[in-house]
Amino acid sequence: MFDPELPWQRARSVALRPEPFGALVYHFGTRKLSFLKSKTLVRVVETLADHPTATAALLAFEVPEPQRASYVKALADLARSQMIERRSA
Amino acid sequence: MTAVLPSRPAERPTGGRLIDQFEYGLDAPICLTWELTYACNLACVHCLSSSGRRDPRELSTAEAEAVIDELQRMQVFYVNVGGGEPTVRPDFWHLLDYAIGHDVGVKFSTNGVKLDKARAAQLARTDYVDVQISLDGATAEVNDRVRGTGSFATATKALENLAEAGMKDFKVSVVVTRENAGQLDEFKALTDSYGAQLRITRLRPSGRGADVWEQLHPTMAQQKDLYSWLLANGDNVLTGDSFFHLSAFGEALPGLNLCGAGRVVCLIDPVGDVYACPFAIHENFLAGNVRSPGGFQQVWQNSELFADLRNPQTGGACTKCQHFDSCRGGCMAAKFFTGLPLDGPDPECVQGYGESALAARDTELVTPRSHLDHSHTGPVRGQPTLLGMPAIPPAKICDESPLAGLQLG
Ligand code: SF4
Ligand code: SF4
Repeated sequence: MFDPELPWQRARSVALRPEPFGALVYHFGTRKLSFLKSKTLVRVVETLADHPTATAALLAFEVPEPQRASYVKALADLARSQMIERRSA
Repeated sequence: MTAVLPSRPAERPTGGRLIDQFEYGLDAPICLTWELTYACNLACVHCLSSSGRRDPRELSTAEAEAVIDELQRMQVFYVNVGGGEPTVRPDFWHLLDYAIGHDVGVKFSTNGVKLDKARAAQLARTDYVDVQISLDGATAEVNDRVRGTGSFATATKALENLAEAGMKDFKVSVVVTRENAGQLDEFKALTDSYGAQLRITRLRPSGRGADVWEQLHPTMAQQKDLYSWLLANGDNVLTGDSFFHLSAFGEALPGLNLCGAGRVVCLIDPVGDVYACPFAIHENFLAGNVRSPGGFQQVWQNSELFADLRNPQTGGACTKCQHFDSCRGGCMAAKFFTGLPLDGPDPECVQGYGESALAARDTELVTPRSHLDHSHTGPVRGQPTLLGMPAIPPAKICDESPLAGLQLG
């Protein structure tokens, strides 16, 4: 389960490739591809590790309240596919 | 020279569906096929690259390493390696290790000729490598008619070796034809028996495939059955998203329903030429060469041809079709090599518009042919019999046995 109030980071075996619409995400372990469909989401994922919680990362990029839910859902999807992982605080 | 392409708008939208973004192309390909050699021990009748003989201009080991370095810089995370038969290149195993060592995973297709127990064990120990064994019949009879006598035995031996070595996630790769379309369940059972995964893809009239397409492409009834089968079994079967034209039967098939040529897909051929798609080896779809200044990146990002391809289609008969959103007019290569316009229906359009378009072709029409043909020029051991050619005919009756062919008694 993805809890945005916990510390997260881009998974260690995951690489992001910048693309005009956002980024392509690749997991070298599961060999799965995924896509980040906005540049803000790319920045959020890149900097998850610098923030105490995922929510803090969203706030840092001033993701407006009405969009927050869709960002949390995108992060939850990434957590499910192991693209981001829990960090020990 | 570039292909005559439908007119399209040029501005990339922000946001929206991924598929719409893909139509405008990416900074690097997602699905890059790299054919390492035109040399092949077999002579399959439908070979998409008309392979057989090695091209003397083939990229050297050092040049191939330089391509890998570049793919690493461009963050192309994996390549689909094929040929020809890639494993007959003496440096194949070195290039495999080199790619993996440079964060470029390898999925390679092989007929299995070099996959003995030792190689199978080596592959099982290697991360980031995927193997696909090609098989075009669930029985030797059906397979060997198109791939050549003994090729079923070679492929199944390789599968056995991989299974025994404990290789994970290897694939059996099938091109669906009129002759094997009824064997889908058998293919699934065969694949399961090796603990492998089944991958089925579409036959295109590319390379030597053009010569047999009329005879081998699935009938409309078979396409319908295939569609139902995919809806029922799709979760456990890979398709390379190659059957998206079937989506026009109704519900869209899962996956990426668009022609990715030059947008997310491309081919690097054995001599370093870059084509929009592995099924489009033709001058009209040749974008450049990795040996030229700026290398592959320059070709991918700046070639005129790819810029032309990177727009959504807005005109042509298909855009008025109610199934256009899921079918997207089908496969560019299939249209091109059957002499149909690129903005019209696919020759296998499931609404039947392809058949009428094929029938309406000018009787004088000469369908486009690739400028390249590396087919073996002489007979090949175990030559396929589909075209009615006997496997290696003896030059004279008495070369085989002095009594052969003689009606005695
Ligand atoms: S030309 Fe055909 S095979 Fe190639 S990317 Fe387009 S749809 Fe796929
Ligand atoms: S007319 Fe074109 S878009 Fe419609 S089903 Fe046929 S190929 Fe697909």
